[in-house]
Amino acid sequence: MAIRKIPLRNMSAPSPVAYDSKIEGNIVFTQVDAAINWMRSNSLWPMPMGLACCAIELMAASSARFDISRFGAEVMRFSPRQSDVMIVAGTVTYKMALSVKRIWDQMPEPKWCIAMGACASSGGMYRSYAVLQGIDHLIPVDVYISGCPPRPEALLDGLMKLQEKIMGEHALADQKKALFEKA
Amino acid sequence: MSSPDPISRLKAAFDSTITGENAFRGEKSLSVKLSALHDICLHARDTLGFDYLVDISSVDHFGDEPRFEMVYELYSLKNGVHLRLKAVVSEDSCELPTVSDIWPTANWHEREVYDMMGLRFSGHPDLRRILMWEGYPYHPLRKDFPLEGKPSDVPGIAFSDVAPLAGGPFVTVPTDGTTQVREPRARHAGEIPRPEKFLQEP
Repeated sequence: MAIRKIPLRNMSAPSPVAYDSKIEGNIVFTQVDAAINWMRSNSLWPMPMGLACCAIELMAASSARFDISRFGAEVMRFSPRQSDVMIVAGTVTYKMALSVKRIWDQMPEPKWCIAMGACASSGGMYRSYAVLQGIDHLIPVDVYISGCPPRPEALLDGLMKLQEKIMGEHALADQKKALFEKA
Repeated sequence: MSSPDPISRLKAAFDSTITGENAFRGEKSLSVKLSALHDICLHARDTLGFDYLVDISSVDHFGDEPRFEMVYELYSLKNGVHLRLKAVVSEDSCELPTVSDIWPTANWHEREVYDMMGLRFSGHPDLRRILMWEGYPYHPLRKDFPLEGKPSDVPGIAFSDVAPLAGGPFVTVPTDGTTQVREPRARHAGEIPRPEKFLQEP
């Protein structure tokens, strides 16, 4: 049985570095976009929006066995103003929904969102009058993680997917474009 | 307490207002008139020693009149006696006296009943919703409220919408059968025939 190879990086994205072992440690040639993306993706500061049992798995992911800091995302900030990525972990009730939106609005750009687990992605098993049927009704979601709740490995996989996505962004070009459109 | 049976004493004292009595596996239930409910509760606490209100719940007998029924679970920590009081509430008034002045714990229980079932408690010190938000127009535990909810909007506070039930609601079927018989999600909802062996008991 052939093993399907999944590329680790988005190949259309600029390569992070032009690496030369002869001058290793002294000079690394790169593009500004690539450098920015590399820095952003490897130091994502999560805003842990723990609302239900997924938050327990989120905690497990940040503790010793799974160790989310291997991916640079260990700085869980309970302050939205210091965060890059909101991990919505759990059931978003209608009563909580606008608070989640408000916290999201307080996060500075650039920011990303991970919908962790069935409830945050789609309402999950709660087809109910009280539960928002997916956080993507309110905020844009970059990565959805299946599971009820997902294991910490699944969260780490989702985080790696998000890192890939960030590596493919054209940060500087987008910023220039936004500035031109504003002017 | 001098008498070993406070329930008999309660029946003797409020004979005319007790409309029914039921005993199930040692649990005594008394149905009482709503007008006498507060007096009976006060008597039960002060004279009979029911110092602990375990729970208050409400039942919606949708289609019957009177429609609602309140259930009070009392317990005497001194005597180890349990007593259940029931009183019916008609849909026209949807109002009944509070017992939060007798047992302070009733405060939040009654707020929950008000929130979920829409029964108002006269004399309650702080009758606000406890689970849903202020301004939500419905009472979700009533039988005529759909499980998938109804749209509503309180700007800046919360909104709600109809949930897709996708073939549900998935209610467990009461049966002695296996999980596949009991659980509708284990069965096919559509046209695909299910092999007979999965529907029968082993």
